[in-house]
This record gives sequence, structure tokens and C-alpha cells, in this order.
Amino acid sequence: MSDMILLGTRKGTVIFDRTNSTWQPRAIEHAGIPVCYAARDPRDGTLWASLDHGHWGPKLSRSRDGGATWQDVLSLKYPEGARFIVKVLPTPDFDPLAPAGQPEYAHATVYKIWTIVFGTEEQPGRLYAGTIPGGLFVSDDGGDSWELNRPLWNHESRGGDLFAGDATSENRWFGTPASIDYGVFEPGIHSIVIDPRNPDHLYVAVSSAGVIESTDGGRTWVGRNRGMLNDYMPNPEAEWGHDPHFVVECAAQPDHLWQQNHCGVFYSDDGAANWRKVSLPEAGVHFGFPIAVDAQDGRTAWVVPAQADMARMAINGGLCVARTTDGGQSWQSFRNGLPQAHAYDIVLRHGLDVAGDCLCFGSTSGNVYLSEDRGETWQCLGNNFPPVYSVRFG
Amino acid sequence: MPSVEMTRHLYQFFPALENRTIRVPAGSVAEILRTINEIAPGFTDYVLDERGALRRHVNVCINDTIVIDRKTLSDHVPDEGVVYIFQALSGG
Repeated sequence: MSDMILLGTRKGTVIFDRTNSTWQPRAIEHAGIPVCYAARDPRDGTLWASLDHGHWGPKLSRSRDGGATWQDVLSLKYPEGARFIVKVLPTPDFDPLAPAGQPEYAHATVYKIWTIVFGTEEQPGRLYAGTIPGGLFVSDDGGDSWELNRPLWNHESRGGDLFAGDATSENRWFGTPASIDYGVFEPGIHSIVIDPRNPDHLYVAVSSAGVIESTDGGRTWVGRNRGMLNDYMPNPEAEWGHDPHFVVECAAQPDHLWQQNHCGVFYSDDGAANWRKVSLPEAGVHFGFPIAVDAQDGRTAWVVPAQADMARMAINGGLCVARTTDGGQSWQSFRNGLPQAHAYDIVLRHGLDVAGDCLCFGSTSGNVYLSEDRGETWQCLGNNFPPVYSVRFG
Repeated sequence: MPSVEMTRHLYQFFPALENRTIRVPAGSVAEILRTINEIAPGFTDYVLDERGALRRHVNVCINDTIVIDRKTLSDHVPDEGVVYIFQALSGG
């Protein structure tokens, strides 16, 4: 059972400790600095926060004493020569079927370190980080140094090896609206999934490209988007251009993967070889950002439904969490302990987590809720937190 | 020698720069920032990106003129010049 919850918020890192069955928040860390992700490495207890300084650029912050002190980690940088093909936001007269013009290139710098994921026990010191503009970074020394995964950066779906020269293929990755805050429209990696059976088996999810798999430790990558439907594109079954909001995998049944996508909830029980849409709009389960899967039962997952992409808020003013236990064939909504009037909360992609029977989520309205019975009833941990970007059990 | 003044926000990350007059040899803005980085390691990671360009919401002035070259910071700081480093960002 976890005794710590970390929140990444717009005004810093909030850590809750459980003492005598009560969750108590500490004084805020990184006060005043946006923190887009915070998590605890279960292998050695190191705490990590991804700082999203408005002025001073993205930084990792690390605590090796349980949060008493924090140190900057400044080593996550794009190497010299890392370039990408610039994407621009589609304008109203944008024709996606028109032939592509000459690509425009830019040198990569880190805009945002969107997620930090910890390696398996067999790979102590192994960390992964996903960034905007679409870089997967790997560390094998506990974060002291980082290396860009070049096979994914140089993938043919992005134009090929731009270290070596100009594009040899078309860039099929689109930007994420989450990048617009930085004055660009570039893709971002927000989900990194490691197969507990085999640490060389990885998935990453990219907004807006899709899910990509490696079975050889990141040396080669293949898109895994069969069955995905992308209803904002001219061709809904296009191989690329998907917008998974978040992707998770069942620890005990790693062939069971889930994604809350812009276009619905999708489930795979064959290691992402095939996805199927399991949304039930009539039950309110369709649009949203976060998703969590049970660690033991790959058919059990939770979402925090939102109204629609055009109305990113709770449905009809009432917050609920929906759970399936049968691989998305049916969904049950739970509202006990959650506000059912005048609630306009939205929960972002990293804003929901599960640990055993406990779930916790935080919204951009600064509300944080906890369930200790698998999502059926909820208690409020506070209503006046800053906008919450991430919630992770420690 | 030129002197350097900066937003006090940077002192929370680099207390070594607070309560002192920072004087550095004349040269380009890039050279001057590198000298500050020797006093306060990590400083350039805050004001520059990994390509050495000024971050989007950071500005540098030489006396009362904003530097022109934000990319390679080649603007020259004269011997009696004052370099100001400040930031600008909207919202809450």
C-alpha cells in the first residue's frame, strides 16, 4: 500500500503523506514554479519533478532525501545536430491532401519534459523521459546523464535521419496543442510503457502521432495503431496522426493496454497489435484525458469522463469516475463523494493514478479526490490546490 | 569593466550572485554569460537553451538597448557598459 501521493501543479510540487490512515499535504515544494509531472522512483525512493519554468526553461529536479532537499538536473538536452521538420498549426484553409511543400527544419531544444518513467529492477539507474518536441531520452545512471533515443528521433515517419542530412521521407507526426504554450506546434511524448517481462519491450505514445513499439530496447520502432479511429482526419484509419492522450499497461498482464484517446477509449488485449474502441458515449465514457489500469486484471480500467473536446469539463456539472471490469464492454459510473452540481473540473492526462485499491485524481480546478475502494466512493483531499497537472502514488 | 545586473528572481537559484557587484571583462554577451556561469554553474542553462540562444521570455539589454542577436549573442558589450538580464511573461 502506498503512503505517498505526489502532485505536479501549476504552483509547485505537493506531497501527501499517509499517517494513521489520514493523508496530509506537506508545505509546497518548488513554490511558484509550474511542475508538469512529479513521481517517486520505487526502486530507490528518489523523488523527481519536471519543472516547467515559464522564464528559465524546462528543468528536472531530484530529491534523494524524501523531499527535504532538491537539486537541479540540467543534463537533459538535445545533442548538437538534432533537428526536426517544423509543423505549423493548420489554418482554416489547410488542405491535408495537398502535396507537401519543402520542409522547414529547426534545431531541437527541449520545450517541456512531459513525463519521467522508471526502469525495471533489472535495469537499476535506467530512466526514461518524454519531451516536447517528441524526444525520448534515456538515462542509465539515475539521471546524471541523458541520451536521446536516435532511432525514434530519426524514424522514417518523421522524415528520417536529419542528423545526416535533409529529409528522406515525409514527416507524418503532427503537433500537440500542448506545445502551443511554447510558441510552436510540435509533437510530444507523454506516455512511456515498459513491459515488466522484458525491459527491452517498450511502447511510447505521441500526441499527435500514435503508439509506437520497440521490442529491441529502442533500436527499432514500429507504429502500433491498427484499429485506431481518428475522426478529426480525412482518413480516420490513417496510420499516423492519432492523439492518444495517455496509454497504460497492466503490470501482471502486459498484453493488456489501454488508451484514453481524443476520439474515445481504446483497448488492446494483444500487446497493441490491434486496438478496439470501447467507448460508450451513452454512458458518458468517450472524451477525457487520463486512464488507469488495474495492476492485476488487465480488463479493469478507470477513466474520468469529460463532456467533449469542445467542452472540456465535467458532464452536466457533476464529476464521476467510470470503471470497467470486462475490457470495456460495460462501464459503471461512480459519483459517491464527488460533487454533482456546479463542477467544471477537467482532469489532465497524468492526473489520475491507481495503486492497489486506491485511486487518486486532481483537476485543473484544484480539487483532489481519493478513493480507497477501487473508485466506488471518494473523499476530498482539498479544494484549493493550484491547477493539478499530475497525480502519482509514491 | 562592464557590470551585470539581473532580475532578483535568478538569485533564488543562484544565491552566489546576490549582494555583490558583478564585473566581467568586456566582450560579447555570450562571453559575458559564460563568465557568469563560472561564478554560478548552471546559470546559462537558465537564460539560454541548449543551442545557446536566449530563452523566449528572457531579455538582455546593453545599457538601454535590447540585444539584437538573440541566437548567438554576438552583441558587443563595451568597457563601461551595463548588462541587464530580465524576464517577461504574462499570466498567472
